[in-house]
Amino acid sequence: MSTPQRKNYHYIARKRRVVEDKRFVTGQGNFIQDQDLPGTLHVAVLPSPYPRAKIISINTEAAMSLAGVTAVVTGDELAEHTSPLYHGIPLPECKWYPLAHEMTRYAGEWVAAVVAESIYIAEDALDLIEVEYEALPVVVDPEEAMKPGAPLVHPGHGSNIIYEGDFVWGPVADDFEAADDTLSFRARWGRSSTVPIETFGVLAKWQKGTDILDVWASIQMPNYQEQIAAALRIPINEVRVNQDVDVGGSYGVKRGIKHTVLVGYISRKLGGAPIKLIEDRLVNLASGDAHGPDRIFYTDVAFSREGVIKSLKIRAIDDCGAYPGRGPFQLGKPIAAIVGPYKINSVQYMPCSVATNKTGQVPVRGMGQSPTNFMIETAVDKVASHLNMDRLEIRRRNLIRSDEFPYLNPSGTKYDSGDYETVLGKATELATYEDLLKRRDDLRSTGMLAGIGIATCLEPSGGNNMFEYMFNPKAEISTYMEGCQVRVDATGNIVGTMGTTTSGQGHETLVSTILGEEFQREPDDIRVIHADSLAGLPTRSPIASRMAIMLGGAAAGAAQKIKSKLFQIASHNLGKPIDGLEYSEGMIFDRSNPTNSLGWEELCNIAHRQYHKMPKGMEPGLQAMHVMQVPLGGQMPDEQNRVQLYPCFSFQAHIPFVEIDPDTGKVNVLDYFIAHDCGTVINPDIVRGMIIGGVAQGIGAALYEKFEYGPDGQFLSGTFVDYVMPSVYEIPYVKDIEHCTPSPLTSHGQKGSGEGGYLGAPAAIASAVNDALAPRGLSLHELPMRMHDIEELLNGEKP
Amino acid sequence: MESHNINVSVNGVDYKTSADPRMTLLDLLRQTLKFTGTHVGCEHGVCGACTVIIGGEAVRSCLVLAVQAEGLEVQTVEGLGHEDGSPGILQDAFRDAHGLQCGYCTPGMLMAAHALLQVTPNPTDEDIREAIGGNICRCTGYTQIIDSIRLAAERLQEASS
Repeated sequence: MSTPQRKNYHYIARKRRVVEDKRFVTGQGNFIQDQDLPGTLHVAVLPSPYPRAKIISINTEAAMSLAGVTAVVTGDELAEHTSPLYHGIPLPECKWYPLAHEMTRYAGEWVAAVVAESIYIAEDALDLIEVEYEALPVVVDPEEAMKPGAPLVHPGHGSNIIYEGDFVWGPVADDFEAADDTLSFRARWGRSSTVPIETFGVLAKWQKGTDILDVWASIQMPNYQEQIAAALRIPINEVRVNQDVDVGGSYGVKRGIKHTVLVGYISRKLGGAPIKLIEDRLVNLASGDAHGPDRIFYTDVAFSREGVIKSLKIRAIDDCGAYPGRGPFQLGKPIAAIVGPYKINSVQYMPCSVATNKTGQVPVRGMGQSPTNFMIETAVDKVASHLNMDRLEIRRRNLIRSDEFPYLNPSGTKYDSGDYETVLGKATELATYEDLLKRRDDLRSTGMLAGIGIATCLEPSGGNNMFEYMFNPKAEISTYMEGCQVRVDATGNIVGTMGTTTSGQGHETLVSTILGEEFQREPDDIRVIHADSLAGLPTRSPIASRMAIMLGGAAAGAAQKIKSKLFQIASHNLGKPIDGLEYSEGMIFDRSNPTNSLGWEELCNIAHRQYHKMPKGMEPGLQAMHVMQVPLGGQMPDEQNRVQLYPCFSFQAHIPFVEIDPDTGKVNVLDYFIAHDCGTVINPDIVRGMIIGGVAQGIGAALYEKFEYGPDGQFLSGTFVDYVMPSVYEIPYVKDIEHCTPSPLTSHGQKGSGEGGYLGAPAAIASAVNDALAPRGLSLHELPMRMHDIEELLNGEKP
Repeated sequence: MESHNINVSVNGVDYKTSADPRMTLLDLLRQTLKFTGTHVGCEHGVCGACTVIIGGEAVRSCLVLAVQAEGLEVQTVEGLGHEDGSPGILQDAFRDAHGLQCGYCTPGMLMAAHALLQVTPNPTDEDIREAIGGNICRCTGYTQIIDSIRLAAERLQEASS
């Protein structure tokens, strides 16, 4: 398939200001910490000093008697009056409450909550709570946790293994048998997360008069109100999540369900007082239940002597911490691209989710795809090294060709479109690859270690959540819809309504651009608002790199319904059949006599005020809702568990250039080049920002960021001095280039772009570091590759 | 705890207020004076989200006690616009180069950039990196922030010449 050219859009793909930016640069954002209701009470939480302990007693008397304290709540009370929080897979004996009940399962777990008139007083009162614990043995290492006799995080569950699967797609045994050669390796993805600068926060108020729990939160998750309602044992229509809260970054992790159930419970208990809980940074890092994947891969690769990779066997062990939540599904999503962008014929995949005494895991940007891509790219580089083959050449030999789309991968997902070799070519051109090789060798001649990384990765986008059913057949869910409502008033002004919060992705810009394009009206004149959860817009939230596809598609669908109505009105008034009419910038005219026309204002006026000029029986007004089903969604897995998981596949080729100081092990990322294809770009600045921002997070995950626990289970990364995120000094000026292979499945050919930078950067940086280490005969497949890790490796101190 | 009277100027307006001795300037600005554009990030002086300008210098308001602001002139993001309330040149440059995404670190980033441009109207890329080296952004990867500050410097120079 040749690459179609971009259409000549009015607004799509053109540089335009981002609507949201105005309020943020002027300090007018509406973040959760800015929300205030009269009489708001503040919550502070008491952390457990023990990673695993029996709670013998809790004495709250002294705390209660402090002036300004309204209530102190413990786990016993929550366990009596609320239902356990949701896990993605059925785990009836892994009960999860906002506050520890009977035992603590990780250091920092919340044991009690104080409610007071100020956060200062609430924190004072924490010191007055007396808790008697009986410390118990802990389990920290996931592979230790799997062994018989390991301390059990949830004794009732009988094992620390939370989920274990074994999928075989295609003739794995035959492909290994027939292969010229095989190799095996272990790779380790460290426990990190996206750690937004805004911590999670929530404000809740039980409205006694209307029996509605109002919730404002820094949230980004699907089924939030459903989970709140289930835990509080109230109907879903008694929970109103107000979605017009600006979320200060999320990248998947803003899922404070336990926080919300806690404040919702307290507000109901106190008869409707507004209750606010804002994580401080220590709570956010230690006990916000917002850590990401923590994964060990054991991979076998079968390949030919020409470097064609035939088959993979992948064992993936993931440490989900004490409370799995939706964490185990991060092993499921990567099934969508389990062989990456390569023509690998077969694969065996053995995912295993293990509980340990650590804080819980949440979906992080890409939902487990970034660790998986790191493992796949490690495999490709290892085969190249084994065969003494160039790393670009081996990719050219394995990448799916542009004439092979739609391409069915072994696990049952069809990749929609792509031109991987061209994108890789653009990346090498952007990097001036031959010069880069020379720069590398020049640096090496000065005694520095230097390396070039290469990673070619997929970004599955527009997810349909079918991995949930694969891991839990009780979850028979085959739609992951998204809705948008559009209203045009009598004077022609347009309002688009979406049903979720936004956390930096520019959804208002997305909707206004697409509506502007559909109506051929100026997008800046279109307002986009966020309906609350009772206002009736089906949504599954901005996860899975899905909003350009799903919200964009829903907006286009709603606009087309309104346009269809305008055509009917015009046809009725102009006396011409619809197929003889044309639409231009809001005006509809008779193609054979263009002066026979109706303007935008006239059409809108008729629809709202002049029923006598409307076709008989037409619903008055100009409003439409469109709910979009995921393209290709609705299929169920076949008998081999093969199914379409995500509809659209973006692609990136990453080429970073690093130097390593051989004395200290310090890595400097000198340059970073990325070529990227997410189909039609809706707003170029937003896409560029997403890509580069994702690269920066990926550099963090590859080189710096890790939540450390001591062997005793104590949490060691409670500040930004210990959990090190890249500053501007660690991130080079990233050079990027776009390529456009439109998706045939979406409204304007768009694919997702929210995750791509993060999905390839860790793999690419690991590739660069290993290229730098290669002349020393060393390699490292454990992230993060921190300065001291590399120093130890260079000094021969690392096993 | 005994409350202390504080006289402080914020964005050119004098305020007579009071605070407990342990209250931070950050909380005074946000909670008492309602300048909520200044954001709470780490509360231990690493992330820079709470950056304001005091006496021409970019300062972390989470590391300053409210009582220490007695008699000082503080500038926050709300004071960066034109007099009619429209975004200033630096703010518009961030819009034009999309030097932000979620907007949470943005006020701190703007204040750090503003402090730079006041004394270094024609900054090099190294100057820009140094100025925002203490401000963490998780969204952008900094590239478009550097573009924004460069653009602002050009426009400010044009405006002054």
